[in-house]
Amino acid sequence: MTTLQSLSQIRGVKNVPWDEYYTSGHRTCQGCESALALRLMAKAAGPRTIVLGSTGCMYVANTTYYTTPWVVPWMHTQLGSAGSAATGTAAGLKALMRKEKIKEEPINVIAVCGDGGGADMGLSAISAALTQTEYNLLIFLYDNESYANTDIQVSGTSPWGANTTFSPPGRVHRIMNRRWKKNVAGMLATGHPECRYVATTCTSYPLDLQNKVRKALTTGGPTFIHTLDPCPKGWDYDPRYSHELGELAVETGMWVLYEVQDSKLTLNGPSKALANGTKQRKPVEEYLMRQGRFAHFTPEDTSYVQRKIDDMWTKWWVPGVIPFQNEVVT
Amino acid sequence: MTTLPALGGIQVERDELISGSEAIARACVLADVDVITAYPIRPYDTVMQYVARLIANGELDCEFIVADSEHSQFEMVKHASAVGARVFVGSSGVGWFYAFEAITVTAGLRLPVVAMVGNRALDDPGAFGVEHNDALAVRDLGWLLTWVDTAQEALDTALIAWRVAEDPRVFLPCAISADGAFLTHSQQIVKVPGKKLVQQFIPPYNRGNLVLHPDNPITIAPQVNEDWLMEIRKQTDEAMRRAKGVLAEAYQEFGDIFGRRRDPFIEEYETDDAELVLVGMGTLAMPVKVAVRKLREQGQKVGFIRVKWFRPFPTQELQQSLSRFKAVGVVDRDFSMGSPSYGGVLFNEIRSALYPLPQRPAVVGFIAGLGGREIRVPDVSNMIDMTRKTVEEGRTDQQTHWIGVRE
Repeated sequence: MTTLQSLSQIRGVKNVPWDEYYTSGHRTCQGCESALALRLMAKAAGPRTIVLGSTGCMYVANTTYYTTPWVVPWMHTQLGSAGSAATGTAAGLKALMRKEKIKEEPINVIAVCGDGGGADMGLSAISAALTQTEYNLLIFLYDNESYANTDIQVSGTSPWGANTTFSPPGRVHRIMNRRWKKNVAGMLATGHPECRYVATTCTSYPLDLQNKVRKALTTGGPTFIHTLDPCPKGWDYDPRYSHELGELAVETGMWVLYEVQDSKLTLNGPSKALANGTKQRKPVEEYLMRQGRFAHFTPEDTSYVQRKIDDMWTKWWVPGVIPFQNEVVT
Repeated sequence: MTTLPALGGIQVERDELISGSEAIARACVLADVDVITAYPIRPYDTVMQYVARLIANGELDCEFIVADSEHSQFEMVKHASAVGARVFVGSSGVGWFYAFEAITVTAGLRLPVVAMVGNRALDDPGAFGVEHNDALAVRDLGWLLTWVDTAQEALDTALIAWRVAEDPRVFLPCAISADGAFLTHSQQIVKVPGKKLVQQFIPPYNRGNLVLHPDNPITIAPQVNEDWLMEIRKQTDEAMRRAKGVLAEAYQEFGDIFGRRRDPFIEEYETDDAELVLVGMGTLAMPVKVAVRKLREQGQKVGFIRVKWFRPFPTQELQQSLSRFKAVGVVDRDFSMGSPSYGGVLFNEIRSALYPLPQRPAVVGFIAGLGGREIRVPDVSNMIDMTRKTVEEGRTDQQTHWIGVRE
């Protein structure tokens, strides 16, 4: 394995680096949390980094020719190719360094994908990448819970019942998306025992996000981070509430912050407090009713979601991570 | 063991009994390839079995990744190529099609990926045998595309492929097509050149100011839309036009260094006094050549022309060559359903290339050997007879014949 960069954990907002590697030039929406996620990710990774961006809103809105916001080298990859782009890039660098065709040095390789690219189309390639333990790479999944680039279509991580252009509430069928959100990080963490770092995060917790990026890059091997990004356009709310909605997702228990490092699971931030009982979960209604995509919900719909979230926190083996029942039948 | 005139005492060439697939695997060693990605599908995958063995035995130093799909397989080498690594990849039939999105953008990004296509039918219905439709599908995209017909030509062409694809005047991916089973799995005596000699022939891959690296922080493949896409497509078109000359140059130098001189674009067989020729690609050359010899013994003035490079298409070469004959029968090991005259792909390309000529030969199309069905010597005689008869009778109504199909 090639050497790794030394990127220390950031203790407090005052110690966040000033330098930006994802700057002006993009044309994301006002209040776009995915753009913020990329900015924080690039800041944490630093200048000796290559970013691969798979198709999605963070490709289309970010890289208009001549106005790229990327200060670090960036290359597009196909919608389902975050895993293979990262693997190919890391393999190319590794071969060239081993054969002394380029200078030996640690270079961060990060592939970015949306929920469509990561949780749906590219899942197989990401899974394969996480088994390639000889390469240092990070797959960074920004989840705004829909195909947000192509007009907000339902994806494998869209919440149950959400109004999207492929799941619009109608006169006969109020709930068109009857699928439950995929547990992507949990599936990848449990399914790839050699993968040394998997984490979830959210842009409303910027230090958590940056430090997880640094942990992933300094742990080495293939790693994975899944971030939940409120999306004013897709979730239908005033852009000023992006930060608040991210917090509500965590405080209602709908999104769980955790990391799995070398098979050791740690719940982080408010999720930890919710799990150990020092803090009570807010009702999911507080989160759902702030968003137009759930405006068609009846009280029954809201209580259905509440029940599912309650089950996740009380019946899952590990809340938000492993959906098996607490008891093992032997 | 044979030796050629030594160049500074470094030259050693060995005769080895190897298959077409093994010949290309040996070329990977000679070219010092950096990254190879594999995914199993018959018949191309034999090349990756040889590659794996060469790595296991310490003869080849490269990153070897067994991908989760052909799409990932081709994406990986695309990205490795972008950081400056020399790469090799391959597939067959529907596997090649599974990778097609990656294949398309590889050409769009002008990345010099070298791929082997072990030609295979596009099943369903299931068929392992050769058809050329898989590789032909890249014909419009900006891939250099060639058909080889012997293991020796497979090895030599692979070396030429890296040299030409990675030439900054070209920077285009290159697909080497080898007929499934007939070439991928057939052993022949191959002259394997020494590695140092190959290094003289293929300079190191230098991506220049297009390399993706923190020292060169560029953005590759942004959104260009209607503002720039036409200019970029035109650049690819110009690269393909330049490739013709770069290929000719490479064949010339290949002959100088290795002593094997060949016409780069077409091979002519017994055409000097021929009145009628068949044209085709790949391993069908063998039965056709046997038939041509037999018919010549009977006094028939017939010959054969093998098209080697399909992209760039040898338009001028074929115009000059084919205008000498009264009739041309084109044997397609492919189909193009609903195309002009319901002909094969090569047939229609050749007919189109000949159109501007004032004196055009009659062109008759044949579809033969699909799904790996053998093209036998009597089939060839039959095609030659039909070509002659069509011309003698002045018929232009039905120009495509399916050969050896059960009624």
